[in-house]
Amino acid sequence: MWERIKHIFLKESIQIRRDRRMLMIIFVAPLLQLVLLGYAATMDINRIPTAVLDFSKTQESRELISLFRNSGRFTINHIPESQKELVELLDQGKIWVGIEIENDFVKEMKKGKTVPIQILIDGTNSNTAGVVSGYINQLLFSYNKKISQDKLQKKLAQGLLSGQVQPVKILNLENQARAWYNPELKSRDYNLPGVLALILMITTMMLTSMAIVREKEIGTIEQLMVTPIKTTELILGKVIPFALIGFIDVVLVTSVAVLWFKIPFRGSFFLLFLSVGVYLLTTIGIGLFFSTLSRTQQQSMMLTFFFVMPAIILSGFMFPIANMPRLIQYLSFANPLRYFLVIVRGIFLKGSSFRVLWDQILPLGIIGVIVLILSTARFKKKIG
Amino acid sequence: MDKESFIVEVENLVRKFDGFTAVDNITFQVRKGEVFGFLGPNGAGKTTTIKMLCGLLSPTSGRGRVGDYDISTQSEKIKENIGYMSQKFSLYEELTVEENIDFYSGIYRVKKVLKKERKEWVLKMADLEDKRGRKTGELALGWKQRLALGCALLHNPPILFLDEPTSGVDPVSRRNFWDMIYSFSDKGTTVFVTTHYLDEAEYCHRLGLIFKGKLVQIGTPEELKGKSVSGSIWELECDKPIEALDFLQKDKRIMEVSLFGINIHLLLPSGEEVTPFSHLLKEKGIEVIRLHKVIPSLEDAFVSLIRKES
Repeated sequence: MWERIKHIFLKESIQIRRDRRMLMIIFVAPLLQLVLLGYAATMDINRIPTAVLDFSKTQESRELISLFRNSGRFTINHIPESQKELVELLDQGKIWVGIEIENDFVKEMKKGKTVPIQILIDGTNSNTAGVVSGYINQLLFSYNKKISQDKLQKKLAQGLLSGQVQPVKILNLENQARAWYNPELKSRDYNLPGVLALILMITTMMLTSMAIVREKEIGTIEQLMVTPIKTTELILGKVIPFALIGFIDVVLVTSVAVLWFKIPFRGSFFLLFLSVGVYLLTTIGIGLFFSTLSRTQQQSMMLTFFFVMPAIILSGFMFPIANMPRLIQYLSFANPLRYFLVIVRGIFLKGSSFRVLWDQILPLGIIGVIVLILSTARFKKKIG
Repeated sequence: MDKESFIVEVENLVRKFDGFTAVDNITFQVRKGEVFGFLGPNGAGKTTTIKMLCGLLSPTSGRGRVGDYDISTQSEKIKENIGYMSQKFSLYEELTVEENIDFYSGIYRVKKVLKKERKEWVLKMADLEDKRGRKTGELALGWKQRLALGCALLHNPPILFLDEPTSGVDPVSRRNFWDMIYSFSDKGTTVFVTTHYLDEAEYCHRLGLIFKGKLVQIGTPEELKGKSVSGSIWELECDKPIEALDFLQKDKRIMEVSLFGINIHLLLPSGEEVTPFSHLLKEKGIEVIRLHKVIPSLEDAFVSLIRKES
């Protein structure tokens, strides 16, 4: 058995080594994806183009504006003269946020009234608009707090002096939420381990299905099928090289993520490799299954894409599964990416141990065994 | 002939694809050590038959035996005892000549002590000794086919199946290829070969003619020529061949009239004299230059057998 597996393995390795395009898919593409997504896959929004229309032109209004400027989130790059101009900037997409401070800003504030300031946000992209409006609320909240505390202190000081008020302790509740595992809430830390899961899935699934279908296309599989080789020997010999490539990609991607993007790695490498091994059972098993469904490499590539797109959407990579309709949540239980995402994020960011992750690894293993059995059964040493 | 000496036996074999019958109820036997040819036009069912014998396709109905094994239930056993080479070159082009040989001797589990010897034998037989390090994709088709043949023989199988092994190969390489086939047959290997080249069919010890999925005739090339042509064939050379053809085609006594180049071939039933026709032509004003009996070629036999069939 091992002799034949060894020879298929050797043959496959020679073919991979001599195929430039293959080497690109294996080594360059994952790195490229990682770097691109590492820089692009971030929900944090900085340098928001902002315009300020300040009719008040007072010390207070300038204070408010500088609060925006110093937050580091907003770049004030336009100072329009009129409301019309402000709207125009927004229309042209030159700014995402327009702030308008009224003439009577200080006057009203001194009267102790609530002072409205108008903030226009470009809501075309509802996600970023939501994030931006969150930032603005935070800023205004802290500005309000500062003003009212100033006022209170002034009043207290006056009251104490005049003897009208007894000193009281002010009960102050402060929200001190702390984000564990990712204290700065960097979305890149959250996303990059997920990118590893995506890269592994796409690469191994596509390589496996294409390598088998390619032999169908050029007819070499027929010559193999008239030899006494067993289906399992053929499949193992063909699949082991791609599993190895998967592991190489893990090392590659993890190194770049940790050394270049400074993603924390708190868990154990052994556990990572173990769960990657289980995950690869599913991705390679599905690739194998697709190869039994297709006659040409294009078909197998299309099948991979038709699988990968919904798999990403239903995995919790971008959208939390808990928010999805119940039915779709059930559907996502069949998605290997769902489990592996929890595993890699856990290992990278939380340093989770097997004790915590076994209930993710187990279903992953079950899916893997099922698809492997299914596709091996479909993989016949017959044609037609 | 006792049953023991048949190495391949097929009985009422049928294969259908979505209602289309590719192989229609064929029955034949192949003797141990002979070169058995399957002759027929493209799409006649040659490849389908050979694939069923090699265990690549399951028969729809009927039985078959290759060596000691049943083609429907023991195809994996059959695969250990046969060599197969398809019409399409199917070794790995990215691998070198030697790597391909090593690969297949690994797959066939050639014994370690024999590996080197078998490899050298293949290289020598295929005349590839000085090209062992070359990428297979760079070789000319004739060489590729010889290498494929060598790889199919690494495990010394008693039966060799060749599916149109020489299609697309130049005449000199084709001749070499057949010399190799003969040498295996001399050493006791049974060779089952399909072809649509009539000249190649002449090289076979016995032939089966297959047409539209049906086995039309079986026999030695000589037998086929004799069986098929139940009369005499005459070649006529005259000054107005087209008019002569027109005229002769109307004559009910003649079984067949066909144009062969500028000459006309007549097929007369046995016992029918040819001289009356010569006179009739003269009366029509057509000058007969030459009229003589010809020995039918395999092509004549093939054409006439197929005509009978359809």
